[in-house]
Amino acid sequence: MESNTDMTKIQHEIISDFMLFDDWMEKYEYIIDLGKDLPLINEKYKTDEYIIEGCQSKVWLHAALINGKMDYSADSDAIITKGIIGLLIRVMNHQPPEVIASSDLFFISEIGLQEHLSPTRSNGLVGMVKKMKIEAIKSLNQ
Amino acid sequence: MKNQFNVREIREQFPALRQKIYGKNLIYFDNGATSQKPQVVIDAINRYYAVENANIHRGVHYLSQRATTDFEASRIRIQKHLNARKSEEIIFTKGTTDSINLVAFSYGELLNKGDEIIISAMEHHGNIVPWQMLCARKGLVLKVIPINTKGEIIQEEYDKLLSNKTKLVSVIHISNTLGTVNPVKEMIKKAHAVGAKFLLDGAQSIQHMKIDVADLDCDFYVFSGHKVFGPTGIGVLYGKEALLDAMPPYQGGGDMIEKVTFEKTTYNHLPHKFEAGTPHIAGGICLGTAFEFLSTIDLLESEAYERELAHYAEQVLETFEDLTIIGTAKNKTSVVSFNVKGIHPFDIGTLLDKQGIAVRTGHHCTQPLMDFYKIPGTVRASFAFYNTKEEVDFFAEALEKSINILR
Repeated sequence: MESNTDMTKIQHEIISDFMLFDDWMEKYEYIIDLGKDLPLINEKYKTDEYIIEGCQSKVWLHAALINGKMDYSADSDAIITKGIIGLLIRVMNHQPPEVIASSDLFFISEIGLQEHLSPTRSNGLVGMVKKMKIEAIKSLNQ
Repeated sequence: MKNQFNVREIREQFPALRQKIYGKNLIYFDNGATSQKPQVVIDAINRYYAVENANIHRGVHYLSQRATTDFEASRIRIQKHLNARKSEEIIFTKGTTDSINLVAFSYGELLNKGDEIIISAMEHHGNIVPWQMLCARKGLVLKVIPINTKGEIIQEEYDKLLSNKTKLVSVIHISNTLGTVNPVKEMIKKAHAVGAKFLLDGAQSIQHMKIDVADLDCDFYVFSGHKVFGPTGIGVLYGKEALLDAMPPYQGGGDMIEKVTFEKTTYNHLPHKFEAGTPHIAGGICLGTAFEFLSTIDLLESEAYERELAHYAEQVLETFEDLTIIGTAKNKTSVVSFNVKGIHPFDIGTLLDKQGIAVRTGHHCTQPLMDFYKIPGTVRASFAFYNTKEEVDFFAEALEKSINILR
């Protein structure tokens, strides 16, 4: 599938971006910059209806199906969380829902961020990935 | 810093403190969550499973008898440390929360509709939820003593809440979030004056000061083993003998019985009445080892050292712009909680972690307290007597670096 290749390609791009960094602080500086640049969710979606409660940081996610592709926007009150959301959106945005539903987000562990997706971290990202996939599945069944 | 307290010598006994994480020397400032373990405790755990392992209180064989002797010797060591009158007053539990649940269920059985329980606004969830559950079950009323913005219990409000309806007051000795040391001795006296019992939550005090339950005159004192240099999964409920005798058993099963028939069961005497099933034998024995270790330390000196260290950390943090220390009680120890304006605690915690520093971020299981301060959480550095001023300096540098990146 073409789009699946797209997602794989984007993930490989992110992995090679991260290979440029020597240490953790550089990686995080990059993530934080991504967070600062993330196009914000429309304020009208920053309500309890769109919230994904993590233990520590809050995440808001809006998803819509536009011309057969998923369109995501999100925000978080923690900037690192926001940066990682930026990466997830870069990978999954404008992809067909069936591709997202069965996608393997291998880049997360490749760039060393798997700790953020462990349930113990409880920063809303586990819920975020799940919600992004569920929204894709939902739109397939509409 | 005081010279007589030899922190280097103490640090050497904690192998976990010697490691590097992400290529940096570990700075462990999450002692409020759990303490690291000294080599003697680690060795005792190994030895128990290597050569001592046996079930206790029932075997006629050598191993079982030795394990039983060691388990009961640990109880006596803890009794002596707390200055309890009898070893029967020391009940082994899973930890602080388990101990509180035991009292909430069992002492709760003696209470009646309309009776009142008092807690404070700085309690952690483990000292809130069991009482809410009890109140729902028995139709009791839960009252909460408010605190001031410094993070001190307002004593005048406590006085107002106390009445002959009050049956129990349950308050944290040292706040895990704010570091406030509560004036519990006076509070216990006041509770007794209206005929109420007092449960003192010692989860954050047992490792930081000398505890004397006879002097405090509390009716219950509870703590977790893992916060006092012992294993996880073991804790203690101290209770006055007459009170424990009057309380019905909490859980049923082996060890807590005297005689069982299908028609009627009679219960064992203290402390076994409250220890149903095979206990955490290794945990119980090795918690005794942790107290043996603690007996090699002058707790008055270590308390002074920790207060000085926390005070030093506060002074350093106060030099940061836009940094607010949460909890500024006059009597405070071992904990410094703070927020930096415009930055989420999670972000600071993540960047400190990558520089080798372990702190806790979030609500510290005290959501009502966070609501009081109208904040989502804090960054919390919590110290033990093995931490140093040099670590605080390094922490301050790492914090500055983190803030610069996040801004």
